[in-house]
Amino acid sequence: MPNTAGDQQRSSLNPNDMAEKPTSSITDADGAGPFELKAASFTLPIIRLLDNDIETVALRLGARVEKAPDFFRNTPVVIDLSDLAENAEPVALPQLVGVLRGYGMIPFGVRGANADQAAAAEALEMAILRDSYVRRTRQLGELVADMDPEPAPTTVSKTPKAPDKAPQPPTEPAQPRAAGQSGFMLITKPVRSGQRIYAAGGDLSIIAPVSSGAELMADGNIHVYGPLRGRALAGMSGNMEARIFCHDLQAELISIAGHYRVSEGIPNELRGVPVQIFLDQKILRIEKL
Amino acid sequence: MARIIVITSGKGGVGKTTTAAALSMGLAQRGKRTVVIDFDVGLRNLDLIMGCERRVVYDFINVINGEANLNQALIRDKRCDSLYVLPASQTRDKDALSKEGVERVLGDLSDNYDFIVCDSPAGIEHGANMAMYFADDAIVVTNPEVSSVRDSDRMLGILSSRSKRAEESLEPIREYLLLTRYDPMRVANGEMLSVDDVQEILSLKLLGVVPESKAVLNASNAGIPVILDRESDAGQAYGDMVSRYLGDDVPHRFLHPEKKGLLSRIFKG
Repeated sequence: MPNTAGDQQRSSLNPNDMAEKPTSSITDADGAGPFELKAASFTLPIIRLLDNDIETVALRLGARVEKAPDFFRNTPVVIDLSDLAENAEPVALPQLVGVLRGYGMIPFGVRGANADQAAAAEALEMAILRDSYVRRTRQLGELVADMDPEPAPTTVSKTPKAPDKAPQPPTEPAQPRAAGQSGFMLITKPVRSGQRIYAAGGDLSIIAPVSSGAELMADGNIHVYGPLRGRALAGMSGNMEARIFCHDLQAELISIAGHYRVSEGIPNELRGVPVQIFLDQKILRIEKL
Repeated sequence: MARIIVITSGKGGVGKTTTAAALSMGLAQRGKRTVVIDFDVGLRNLDLIMGCERRVVYDFINVINGEANLNQALIRDKRCDSLYVLPASQTRDKDALSKEGVERVLGDLSDNYDFIVCDSPAGIEHGANMAMYFADDAIVVTNPEVSSVRDSDRMLGILSSRSKRAEESLEPIREYLLLTRYDPMRVANGEMLSVDDVQEILSLKLLGVVPESKAVLNASNAGIPVILDRESDAGQAYGDMVSRYLGDDVPHRFLHPEKKGLLSRIFKG
């Protein structure tokens, strides 16, 4: 018998939190109202500024847009200022926004801004996105290079065709491994408590135990051929078709496209056995394999 | 080139320093030139366990800061010629451990020793990071209880991501599990995690199981590494551990409660 999770998976959208997790806490207790609060994460292009000379940026960006005008048309983008945060010279944010709009993009937020930049962004009515958790942890050197988590959904996964490194480096250093050419990621060593793994744009397969306190994330499916004791979040970018397959379900939390269930909501007869987890009419179901 | 072994756990009070003392003494007794370094700056204990606290003049931080040379700071063990202790500073804090300084000292020691045993402080902060950063092997000391197992698991994650070997994509640190304070009686009664339970969670090579023993506290108080107490079960278990570390195939002991056999009942009453 497949089990349904009732109203457990109603989750909320907290705009300040959107770069972090799709499974934020419940704020709308009764679901009967005129709206439903839900969390969703989106994959967005980030324009990471490496130079505060807007003219150069505009020039290079123009060349880039020429090659793939459709890609940029009406595309919401986030401006990443973290590489310029220490820079003494202020970034001419209004000009930059103007340039981006001129190329058809919809710049709506900044991240990694320092106080001055944040004030400028606020004056332009742009959202200040919380600086990616990833960036901070990476600076601490906490994460394995080949297990880069990149939980922020505000990263580019659809890269424009042109391979050259224009002002918008589409992927962050450790991500190509994660996303890979095939959008697939394989982990062969145990995933320990405190580690986070994010397979951007594809499936994640693990042929080792996943400890409690570890976190698996994938835009596609998650397969665990070992005990799954940590958290598993599939369909991070909103893919409702994503599934979680695991050999031995002991998870703390399972989630597909923001519909989640915590350990307490997993019936005993489905623990410790091979299962698949999927969404059926937006209801999270766990089924024995 | 010396092999650098870190004794780590995440959680405090599980037996890291006891293990560091026993392992270094065991290696030295087998003729390996060994130095054991206390990384617990500010809370130094290793010198007490090794029974050399009255002979500390210069310490690890003095050497890092260039205020003393290595030969001035190293304390030769009185019981074993090939064992040296490099004590921690009690008056500084852990920030005094610079990565460059630690690397230089380990590099200098590496030429003259076979094994460098690093006794890590508890926690996952700077001191613990410095102790494990340059390691070749890690012995993760774990007690059979859930919080210790969880912390060890976290520490293993850090070993596989924040160490020099991980950062430079070299061959990963060899990780071993040492289960200490194991009470077979309580395991049999279901009050304590068993070896198999811990192994299932951590999936590591088991280097040894050290039973809970009064001998450990007695040895610590007396400043004698417990491995020298050959009568005690803990001392023997540490001896087995050292043999296993060096590649011998020694069966695990002390895993089950002692059976009161007919003979012992007759003779011991």
